[in-house]
Amino acid sequence: MGANDQGVIGQPVRRKEDHRFLIGAGQYTDDVNVHGQTYACFLRSPHAHAVIKSIDTAKAKAAPGVVAIFTGADLTGVNGLPCGWLITGTDGKPMNEPPHPVLAQGKVRHVGDQLAIVIAETAVQAKDAAELIDVDYEVLPAVVNCVDALKPGAPQIHEQAPGNKCYTWALGDKAAVDAAFAKAAHVSKLDIVNNRLIPNAIEPRAALASYSRSDDSYTLYVASQNPHVERLLMTAFVLGLPESKVRVIAPDVGGGFGSKIYLYAEETAMVWASKQVNRPIKWAAERSESFLTDAHGRDHVSHVELAMDKDGRFLALRVDTVANMGAYLSTFSTCIPTILYATLLAGQYTTPAIHCEVTASFTNTAPVDAYRGAGRPEATFVVERIVHQAAVDMKMAQDEIRRRNFIHDFPYATPVALTYDTGDYDATLDGAMKTADVAGFAARKAESAKRGMLRGLGYASYIEACGLAPSNIAGALGARAGLFEAGQVRVNPTGSVTVFTGSHSHGQGHETTFAQVVAGRLGIDIENVEVVHGDTGRIPFGMGTYGSRSLSVGGTAIVKALDKVIAKGKKIAAHLLEAAEGDIEFKDGKFTVAGTDRSKAFAEISLAAYVPHNYPLDKLEPGLDETAFYDPTNFTYPAGTHICEVEIDPETGVVKVASFTACDDFGNIINPMIVDGQVHGGVTQGIGQALLENCVYDPESGQLLTGSYMDYAMPRADDVPSFKVETRVTPCTHNPLGAKGCGEAGAIGAPAAMMNAVHDALAEVGVTRIDMPASPHRVWQAIQSARA
Amino acid sequence: MSIPLSLTVNGKAVSATVDERTLLVELLRNHLNLTGTHIGCDTAQCGACTVQVDGRAVKACNVLAAQMDGAAVVTIEGLAAADGTLHPMQAAFKECHGLQCGFCTTGMVMSAIDLVARHPNADEQTIREELEGNLCRCTGYHNIVRAVATGAAAMAKQGG
Amino acid sequence: MYTFEFKKVDSVAAAAELLAKTGGRPLAGGQSLIAAMKMRLSQPGTLVDLSGIAELKGIRKEGDAIVIGAMTRHAEVATSREVKSAIPALAALAEGIGDRQVRNMGTLGGALANNDPAACYPAAVLGLGATVHTNKRKIAADEFFKGMYETALAEGELITAVSFPIPKKAAYMKFVQPASRFALVGVFVAQTAGGVRVAVTGAAGSGVFRCKPLEDALGKSFKADAARAVRIDAAGLSNDLHGSPEYRAHLVAVMAARAVAAAG
Repeated sequence: MGANDQGVIGQPVRRKEDHRFLIGAGQYTDDVNVHGQTYACFLRSPHAHAVIKSIDTAKAKAAPGVVAIFTGADLTGVNGLPCGWLITGTDGKPMNEPPHPVLAQGKVRHVGDQLAIVIAETAVQAKDAAELIDVDYEVLPAVVNCVDALKPGAPQIHEQAPGNKCYTWALGDKAAVDAAFAKAAHVSKLDIVNNRLIPNAIEPRAALASYSRSDDSYTLYVASQNPHVERLLMTAFVLGLPESKVRVIAPDVGGGFGSKIYLYAEETAMVWASKQVNRPIKWAAERSESFLTDAHGRDHVSHVELAMDKDGRFLALRVDTVANMGAYLSTFSTCIPTILYATLLAGQYTTPAIHCEVTASFTNTAPVDAYRGAGRPEATFVVERIVHQAAVDMKMAQDEIRRRNFIHDFPYATPVALTYDTGDYDATLDGAMKTADVAGFAARKAESAKRGMLRGLGYASYIEACGLAPSNIAGALGARAGLFEAGQVRVNPTGSVTVFTGSHSHGQGHETTFAQVVAGRLGIDIENVEVVHGDTGRIPFGMGTYGSRSLSVGGTAIVKALDKVIAKGKKIAAHLLEAAEGDIEFKDGKFTVAGTDRSKAFAEISLAAYVPHNYPLDKLEPGLDETAFYDPTNFTYPAGTHICEVEIDPETGVVKVASFTACDDFGNIINPMIVDGQVHGGVTQGIGQALLENCVYDPESGQLLTGSYMDYAMPRADDVPSFKVETRVTPCTHNPLGAKGCGEAGAIGAPAAMMNAVHDALAEVGVTRIDMPASPHRVWQAIQSARA
Repeated sequence: MSIPLSLTVNGKAVSATVDERTLLVELLRNHLNLTGTHIGCDTAQCGACTVQVDGRAVKACNVLAAQMDGAAVVTIEGLAAADGTLHPMQAAFKECHGLQCGFCTTGMVMSAIDLVARHPNADEQTIREELEGNLCRCTGYHNIVRAVATGAAAMAKQGG
Repeated sequence: MYTFEFKKVDSVAAAAELLAKTGGRPLAGGQSLIAAMKMRLSQPGTLVDLSGIAELKGIRKEGDAIVIGAMTRHAEVATSREVKSAIPALAALAEGIGDRQVRNMGTLGGALANNDPAACYPAAVLGLGATVHTNKRKIAADEFFKGMYETALAEGELITAVSFPIPKKAAYMKFVQPASRFALVGVFVAQTAGGVRVAVTGAAGSGVFRCKPLEDALGKSFKADAARAVRIDAAGLSNDLHGSPEYRAHLVAVMAARAVAAAG
């Protein structure tokens, strides 16, 4: 941290945003109402795969309150939704990229696929009218499993994707891997399913689109993690409008977890339709719609093999993965099982040769895209499950096999394209083991056994790549957008500060953390800092919030802008103090002539900047308002070890989380309270994936069987314990905050730690494989099979 | 068709004429502009819409406004003192970082107050079980559980 | 939700008359019915709100039975001193239905009339050999439940109260479906004047049923091990994402054993 940072940095400052949420004054999209608004209802396909032979809207259009109904045929001049990342296959060809229509054109490809937008005076009238639309479907066979979709004879979903293949892509040196396997003393192997998840932010998606005839412009309120990206994609790629004519506002957003990154069909259709009907249009998803249409997460099927020498040193890793894209390519879908997955397969280890081949397939399911962790939980799961298995196979302790293979020398270039700048993996492993009281595990296991219970311990030493990302590298890898962030620091005349950031906050607490950064750097009271986010009309630009990037990238952009503010402040101070600019120091909120007691307070400088009566107007512009764009030079690499202890009731199959410990290295920490909270939430999502959550489509009909909270098991308060969370610090070497990111770590480490613990516990009854979620039913069945 | 209603909301008498199909949550949000009560699901499970009806926590998305004739309803907007001082449970959620995105929070606080009324000295396990009807996707419940315990202690000190 | 007419009445007679006239549906706590109406799965033309009928509320001891009014809410049963002292298993069962908010609205009569195959209350009614009182007659538990969402109630017939005979011992064990928290398998065991009764909910699509093999075994020896040793036939039990028939069959015996242990 710099010399100017004040005490507020690193403190558990209570959140500035909390008050409005706690009094019910948060303003989420569905809380916004505008004069004359209408309501939209989307007619959705009840079939997983069907040809639309005809759509008859006549009866519906005549229903009470109906303002307009539009189908795919009406959307002339409207392009399909774009995919933001081009993957080039092993054959050298670009991926198959079939159209993703805003409203179905000719065919529907998953249950919930939208065919029409019905606009009416009330939400109920819109829904009533939607039921009156008569669609004649020719139902086609459906395929929902990503492996089945690639088999000969599978139903063909897109003309543009023969065999339902999007791409086959690979990373790493296959020849080196093959050679290493040939000389290996031991090979461990696993088949792994990474179960499909539904994000389930508690605020369902919502939008409110308005059109203004006066300047031919649009305003869209939308529950989005990145309003600028939403605007860019919608205007430039789909609607062909100038960005300046669309203002996107993402007000308070009730959780995202990835699912609100993407440009969705609903708000796009609403923006377009708002001009057609010349009325504002509002829509809030019912939860059932969220289940059917929010982009889902994970859904990989993998085979992994690890080659070792006789001492358990890793020689090579071979991974084959099939990834489910769903029916259409969502905004960032294609980079998740490739760029954000295969690049992480080195984990924390010195494995010298790694090869990963990924085939992505289309299925008759909702699109799959980034969900908290996005590729990195899948990679960690593969790596840490095979490492666990390797330790079992080699009869080594779980910590020992990890230590033997840890990376110790940084920077470290992995065989899968990344260069880790810093880390101390022994420190986080040691910390986790101590806090988890691994030493006392044997006694606890014995005590459980006395009660007829099985007890297990599982480790996950994860790595993630955050702070997305150097734009030039991302561009070379197929990104169709830059990945920088923008920050603007506006010092108001009386010395208060308004910060405009492109990083949207929807639970992360940016309004507090960023204010701490600013208050610390400027030496001003945190109450005098206001953070503004989520409005393309107020913020210069932004790439938004995903990939645990807000502090390391968005925060750094703010720091860069602060540096400019301070530099300009020094010039003003030099003038006022009649000193040389080089003699001015800025410390504790004061500009001081070095070695003297002559100084000007920050607020005096800001006032001078806006009331420039005594000001170097010949050399300096008035005002104190600076903007910076920051494009990182590398990813950041948060890492840590999670240790989970479970107790399993073999009679019922119930897995209880006895304890969960996380020891993480997120680099420097601005607000430890917020960081701990991020870990708690992530870990719970990871436990949810491991024990409870599972998105299941019927393999024949393609119907979503887990379409509500009646069948999709969300973690509740009594499903999880209190967590033991701590941190170690190796500062990131390439951003001024030394920050790495903490938002996804919990969800990345927890599933592997959980399932390693479950396997550890079940080993004694002979169970060798159980897939997530380790539900009571599955655990019981696995025990029965092992006993049979 | 419509039905006339009289009830109190946050201590104030309210009269309204609503369509029979109007849910309590819709009455609060759309007719009274009390948007602190949220809608998170359509199967009465997430608990984001929790309010108090005659002193008991109820899911406002799963009762008709028509059923509320004569009832006393308290929403999140009715908790803080007239001078803006937060209810001890609201203050505890802030102090313990028991909220992140804030969307489940209002229902969670309403449930927590009902919980404390019945279990003034609830232990961790009781708190966790009693929050069965409220889903949170952000916090992992860890700090919510701490907040409820902290809020309970503060309520006891304040005499409820 | 489709449109309907809403009527509130203050007597059972008025409710019955209105229901007969309109063919409508009674609205008790509404925790299942309103959810179904929201999903447009249920479409009553008239809803008759029973919440204003004083005669349907309350809990009292009558001889060797606890009589609970149909509009008594789960939370009231769970905390009732009479119920807790006479049939603690019934209070505990009520405390485990749904979640706190549901228990604050949901009613005994509503739950029984709905007869969800995974609901808890039917297990207590059948397990205790209770009698369902309606505005027209008294129906023995063994005659009341007629399959998934089906009961012996005629059109317009209203449950007014349920009379639960006080057992010597009883307990209910629920194994929850992880998502809905309804009973994947719930087993109510009771030592009653008429012998051991075992009622199972959640396990079968047709709803609550008495389990004769368990009743026979526990009739001979009211011990957990006796229940655990019973092999339950999986034929006819439900098969879904959360449990195979075999798993449910296994859980029936396990939950019965745990219930016996809890009954003391």
